[in-house]
Amino acid sequence: MRHVFVLLCAVGSALHAQPQAAPAAPSKAAVAPGTGAIALPNADPFPSTYRPAPARAVLITNATILTAAGPQIDRGFVLLRDGKIVNLGSGAPPEAGDAEVIDANGRYVTPGLIDTHSHLGVYAAPGGEALSDGNEATAPTTARVWAEHSVWPQDPQFPRVLAGGVTTIQVLPGSANLVGGRSVVLKIVPSVSVQGMKFPGAKYGLKMACGENPKRVYASRGPSTRMGNVAGYRAAWIAAESYRRRWDKWLADRQGDPPQRDLEQETMADVLRGNILVHNHCYRADEMLQMIDIAREFGYRIRSFHHGVEAYKLADVMARDSISGSLWSDWGGFKMEALDGIRANLALVHNAGARAIVHSDDASGAQRLNQDAAKARAAGASIGINIPDATLIQWVTLNAAWALDLHDKVGSLEAGKHADVVLWNANPFSVYARADRVWIDGSLRYDRMDPKQRWRTDFELGFVPAPSLVPGGRR
Amino acid sequence: MRTIQSLAATALMLAGAASLGGQNTIAITGATIYPVSGPRIDNATIVMTNGVITAVGTAVTIPAGAQRIDGTGKWITPGLIATATSLGVVEVGAVGETRDGRARGKENIAAAFRVWDGFNPRSVSLPVARQDGGITTVGVMPSGGLVSGLGAVYDLPEGASAAGMLRKAPVAMVATLDNADAAGTASRAEALARLRTLLSDAREFNLGRLRYDAGNMRTLSAGRADLDAMQLVLKGTIPLVISADRASEILNAIALGRDFGVRIVINGGAEAWSVASDLALAKVPVLTGAMNNIPESFGALGQRQENLALLRAAGVQVAIVGNGAGGEDGFNVRNLRYEAGNAVAYGMSWDDALRSITLAPAEILGLSDKIGSLAIGKVANVVVWSGDPFEYASQPEHVFVAGTETKIMTRQDQLTQRYRQLPVKY
Repeated sequence: MRHVFVLLCAVGSALHAQPQAAPAAPSKAAVAPGTGAIALPNADPFPSTYRPAPARAVLITNATILTAAGPQIDRGFVLLRDGKIVNLGSGAPPEAGDAEVIDANGRYVTPGLIDTHSHLGVYAAPGGEALSDGNEATAPTTARVWAEHSVWPQDPQFPRVLAGGVTTIQVLPGSANLVGGRSVVLKIVPSVSVQGMKFPGAKYGLKMACGENPKRVYASRGPSTRMGNVAGYRAAWIAAESYRRRWDKWLADRQGDPPQRDLEQETMADVLRGNILVHNHCYRADEMLQMIDIAREFGYRIRSFHHGVEAYKLADVMARDSISGSLWSDWGGFKMEALDGIRANLALVHNAGARAIVHSDDASGAQRLNQDAAKARAAGASIGINIPDATLIQWVTLNAAWALDLHDKVGSLEAGKHADVVLWNANPFSVYARADRVWIDGSLRYDRMDPKQRWRTDFELGFVPAPSLVPGGRR
Repeated sequence: MRTIQSLAATALMLAGAASLGGQNTIAITGATIYPVSGPRIDNATIVMTNGVITAVGTAVTIPAGAQRIDGTGKWITPGLIATATSLGVVEVGAVGETRDGRARGKENIAAAFRVWDGFNPRSVSLPVARQDGGITTVGVMPSGGLVSGLGAVYDLPEGASAAGMLRKAPVAMVATLDNADAAGTASRAEALARLRTLLSDAREFNLGRLRYDAGNMRTLSAGRADLDAMQLVLKGTIPLVISADRASEILNAIALGRDFGVRIVINGGAEAWSVASDLALAKVPVLTGAMNNIPESFGALGQRQENLALLRAAGVQVAIVGNGAGGEDGFNVRNLRYEAGNAVAYGMSWDDALRSITLAPAEILGLSDKIGSLAIGKVANVVVWSGDPFEYASQPEHVFVAGTETKIMTRQDQLTQRYRQLPVKY
């Protein structure tokens, strides 16, 4: 498969795509107040201010560990120190030293879950027009908008999703537009600003959308058809490619005035340079196959198809082209392009060799990514595709991390990675399982047994009754 | 007009033919049986004859000639009941032509709207609910407006006509207090006032039909057909199912029921847990779920997943309806059993959770003499599960509706089979 993929890429480049310039190196320098703006694009104008909270080291012992990077470890240990996973394995745990020791007593430990498709903060609770900030539905292509500028850090949905064991999310603009704008990757931590939640060093994503949504939203002014949609993507990339060449040339030789900056094209050009990852909302197989052709025509890569209820129809192509599938376990039927949703979708995509990812697109579903994975696995089992826990955990962790190009930092329990860790009260793929504790960068951010310490957003104060502990009704 | 008149005059209850089942006797042996109406029975046998349960227990004599199914290691429950769905009246939510669950009504009152007149027995979502979800009975409720209309209950046998599937209609009058916009009012209080006015006008209408027909009555707040349909509620024949989330709306609904002597059922009930003792005292049941804890509106700020557990602890009758995401009143009604599992994870007892998707909804809908439990004489709506029905790893292995096993491949199963191996061969 790998050979076929390389071959096709080479052919694709030769036939269709412009050779790509080396990534540009835009200025990262902040400008002192009062000295005036500079013309150079700034790759990071809203830098992350997130810093891991200082925390005592933690040694979890006697745990059932799904590492997402290898086989299940029974009666194992995990050591978290200075925000990183230091050590894990089976057998005798290391000396605890100054670490807090938690006897898991057989309970499950997994990496923090990752949701590649969230609208937390941009469609915040309690909803309504005032908090509806996810779709800049004023033009069919709005690469110029950035989801982070809509994120409300006081969205009460954040702590709820954290309680579901989710530690990292990609917040995307909505799907009204052909090109919806930039995503932002967040750690789910309380903060006054969105900058204080931004995952340090994470790449941006570009949200694109196929099908019914754009053509419905723009029915009166266009695009009003799927062919109009495709013309819209291609026109946008043609403009972006021209912009990218102008800028890359100027950055190389610095002759004369720099070209005029254009927010729209800056984002699009950085996709073509490979610095921004494409996340493509697309339901139908025929449209996904056309989007793959468009990507080849303009020389960019699709990192993940989102929703993809028909991904199972092109799972072989997704595997060949290294396109992941950010999918629901079983949404379908609610519109024409969702009619063919099947529960075995994730299992078939996985079975074909592509990366299967359980995504939510929903603040309720985001709290149960583990349950959705279990549901999708059962559908696979019923057609003879059997997926063990140790593999299934990747659908909600490592594969999602790959889709965000963060798989070297999070998504699995391996020494050196961020200490984003969940301790569950049962096998996380049981309907009865709940997260007992959630750590982000080694700092305890959620403890089910301690409602008094629960993160409550500003909005919740006074409006929402404080949580209380109701004894679990385990069977 | 005449039809509507006779509807109110006789409180006509359409009796379904769904209970007429297969002619064979089927015995499932060696299973763990959850009758719901009684305690779990291990290593037990259930016998279904001509669509009716004829034996349940450990000391069962299996009639000669019975078809036998080995239930060793299996769990058997009553067919599950999804109380409030749009199945059969909404096929594809985004396609207007397939939406038959709402009426325009007159000034947002459509009490005479009969949802069953639009029910499509060939909806492809019905087999999905049954084969994936073990659901054998669905309540189909109208939606929209202040008063949405009359709901019905269908069993889900294979290949039957709508009349053959119908278990009972009408079963409920549906109204809303939690959405002033949908009700066409400017506030919650106005929605409540209009509902009160409608009930008192309907009472006045009924007391003075001759005067009304002679044109000797002041103008009432609804048309004749709607006033007539409301008699079913005023007489207590069917409950008034009211969507209400905020605690104050729920208390208003309880007071409404008390003042007019009508039976109230709360649907949604996000904050019901905070007025659980009032609900228990008034014997008002609640239809709610266990997969939503989001303060998603100013009316649902106190929404929490422990709702069901806290209501049960206070003695409130509850039926579980999906309140997560992903179309849990339509295509994903099948997820009802996972909703029950989540209710357990958030404090409900397992037995109560099973009851809340079987016998409790049957009681609320007035059907517990026929369905919702595994007892002699009950309709043989029976599901054989590979394990705990609330668990994701478990599947319904046999589904019987009125004693006949349903085996149809769903549209989704056909797609799965077609694309099991790529490239596809058409």
